[in-house]
Amino acid sequence: MSLVIECEVKDSVLLVRLKGELDHHTAEELRTRITGLLQKDVNHIVLNLADLSFMDSSGLGVILGRYKQIKSAGGEMVVCAISPAVHRLFEMSGMFKIIRLEQSEQKALTTLGVA
Amino acid sequence: MKNEMHLQFSALSQNEAFARVTVAAFVTQLNPTMDEITEIKTVVSEAVTNAIIHGYDSNPEGTVYISVTLSDDGVVELNIRDEGHGIDNVEEAKQPLFTTKPELERSGMGFTIMENFMDECKIESSTNHGTALYLKKHLAKQKALCN
Repeated sequence: MSLVIECEVKDSVLLVRLKGELDHHTAEELRTRITGLLQKDVNHIVLNLADLSFMDSSGLGVILGRYKQIKSAGGEMVVCAISPAVHRLFEMSGMFKIIRLEQSEQKALTTLGVA
Repeated sequence: MKNEMHLQFSALSQNEAFARVTVAAFVTQLNPTMDEITEIKTVVSEAVTNAIIHGYDSNPEGTVYISVTLSDDGVVELNIRDEGHGIDNVEEAKQPLFTTKPELERSGMGFTIMENFMDECKIESSTNHGTALYLKKHLAKQKALCN
């Protein structure tokens, strides 16, 4: 199973919904898609991982890479609807120290000022 | 009784999913929990990705070898091997967040994840000869039956 990437720009927020499996093979496509959509006035990322069925450390790497990209532009990254398995990987690698977790996509968007 | 499976494939990134799904399907015979299957799939993915990226520098002419042994007492043993560059300093490679390829956005968490998800993790590596990982996991349900 590959990765389906759904992107939507809402004001200053790039909303990314991932469906499928995020590994080394699919990470490059995610990097290219997100990087192509980030602009001067789009500097926050909300990652909805509700339908992400698998992720390994390659996924952590590409997420961390995008975090660094938006952080330098004063942006914030928020993840939501995360599964217990992915939650464990995030926790193990200390990702929650820099990336905010919200329960739902709506809550994540609201906290970034997008209704 | 022991049940063995051997797998070898080209060092191509599209084979990472093939490898983890195949190993998971084989391990299913021992009735693992969903968490255990996720852990085994993640570990296989980490080891195979390392072999492809670090062992072979993503050269598809390289071959990745996997052997899996299942025991009646619920023990899963994985041997994942490449014949690539090898690791110069294994102890350094095992450190969380350490990577020799930051330009590829590697997180450096592969070995940390493997050590966390398995009961035993041994790395044998020799420069220019390759790397062999031995990973062992006792499935929880089987552990309970033994008690």
